[in-house]
Amino acid sequence: MKRIDGRKPDELRPLVIKAGVINQADGSAMVKLGNTTAVAAVYGPRLLHPKHLQEPDRAYLRTVYSMVPFSTYERVKPGPSRRSIEICKVTRHALEPAIFLEEFPKTVIDVFIDIIEADAGTRTAGINAASVALADAGIPMKGLVSAVAVGKINDTYILDLNGKEEEETFCDMPVAYINRTKEVSLLQMDGKIDKKDIKELLKLALKGCEIIYEEQKKALKNRWIGD
Amino acid sequence: MEFQYQYLLDLVSKGKRPDGRKPDEYRDINIETGVIFKAEGSAKVSIGETQVLAGVKLGIGQPYPDKPDEGVLITGAEFSPVASPEFEAGPPDEDAIELARVVDRGIRESEAIDMKKLFIDEENV
Amino acid sequence: MMVVMSELKKKNREFVIPGDEIIRSMDYIPGKNCFREGESIYAKRLGLVEITGRVVSVIPLSGVYIPRVGDMVIGRIEELQVNGWLVDINSPCIAYLPFSGVREYIDPVKVDPLKIYNVGDMIYAKVASMVGKVSVTLSMLDPRARKFKTGRILKISPVKIPRLIGKRGSMINLLKEKARCKISVGQNGLVWAEGEKIDVIVKVIKLIEKESHVEGLTDMIAELLEKEGS
Repeated sequence: MKRIDGRKPDELRPLVIKAGVINQADGSAMVKLGNTTAVAAVYGPRLLHPKHLQEPDRAYLRTVYSMVPFSTYERVKPGPSRRSIEICKVTRHALEPAIFLEEFPKTVIDVFIDIIEADAGTRTAGINAASVALADAGIPMKGLVSAVAVGKINDTYILDLNGKEEEETFCDMPVAYINRTKEVSLLQMDGKIDKKDIKELLKLALKGCEIIYEEQKKALKNRWIGD
Repeated sequence: MEFQYQYLLDLVSKGKRPDGRKPDEYRDINIETGVIFKAEGSAKVSIGETQVLAGVKLGIGQPYPDKPDEGVLITGAEFSPVASPEFEAGPPDEDAIELARVVDRGIRESEAIDMKKLFIDEENV
Repeated sequence: MMVVMSELKKKNREFVIPGDEIIRSMDYIPGKNCFREGESIYAKRLGLVEITGRVVSVIPLSGVYIPRVGDMVIGRIEELQVNGWLVDINSPCIAYLPFSGVREYIDPVKVDPLKIYNVGDMIYAKVASMVGKVSVTLSMLDPRARKFKTGRILKISPVKIPRLIGKRGSMINLLKEKARCKISVGQNGLVWAEGEKIDVIVKVIKLIEKESHVEGLTDMIAELLEKEGS
């Protein structure tokens, strides 16, 4: 089955990852997956104010996901929407298990994600960028987190939905995966599928995450060691 | 840093600057257009290490009652926390609002955009 | 004990990212910025592998400054409190310089402590003690400690400080000589300099930031100093 943009069902959109794109940040990365572009910046660990948010035995991971007003067809009203607040939360949950938060009690690790172009897969692009930015910042981690969304159109499972496919798909399933430990840290599903579908979709998603993981590693190596 | 102030004064009196530039020398300027796929118009401008991304979105709406034959221009600015350790997440603060309003007046007063050309006849909407 | 080559996944000085497996062996122990999981030792942070004897470590290429007792640091006086000053030492911790850590006797009734260290003053202080990871007590009693009155303060990534100092101070001494400057290095990534060719020091710092992973860095710097110095 050929997809709208000519891709094979298990093919990712063209992927570009660059680390160290924001000089002021402790760590940063840009991820461009097809026409979806996310920029992530990490500041920290740093002291956390207000004090009552401090956690006595670990760092507080604070993630902010935000879409730039001109990132979509319809202008996005500036400011957090309920959707972006949900994505802040799931992004934080996707990244937390991979970080040694206990090494920096009472501090905050700030992760800011700006979506500057949106063509589906924004939360996964954000997680991919945030993960590279965290490593770039020298934050101690158990492994990188990679993420991609999968779906199903007619009877075919497809990897990395673009905007048009997101409208047609029977289900939209973003997945985040820590490749090294083989742990899934984010799994959401929107749609109607059965048990057999879940298994196949997950397999496809993990395959996509493995490819993204290689690119994330390359981006870090390029930034620090060059070619 | 207060005592660095003295150091800067000394440098400037010798016609020098900490990064080696001459007093009337700009940092590197870079301009790219058409960088955002979903925006009708866009540009990325950098001066030294400061980077700004701008986008134009077009939409259909109602003219203001006091200008019934003109289109509407809205300007917004955000100091994204991505860009600096000093910027916080949240609604635009007074700096961002000031910037947006000053830029808006600059564009409006220059009459670079003919607001009447943005008006669509009722039949044509 | 001989290492069976198939166990070693990354060579000495090889670039690793968090989660990279460095060695699969129960005969080695995880050192700095590494951790053991099952049979293998993994990198915790982005950096270069360093295997010394049985210890596997990673030299980080980025990251914030984590204070250690005994470090000399450069800090900025932030606020006067009841028994001392709060100091910003470019680290996610709260650093405090108590009146008892200062050479001048301070009777807050008679003397305004801000006359000794005012908000905004830059000081060279020692990390005297720590409580946990977040609470640092500074002291000005070390003979090297002082308040900076003139000169310039530069920034370098804290993890690159050992490179700037060099083996037994070789690099920093060379720098002092060739740039004809006085230099005080803070372990927290701040460097004070005063003298003739501060811009040479700026260039060297830029070079170290960019190339600290490269083998011939010491030679590169020596070359630069020959060109620019004296």
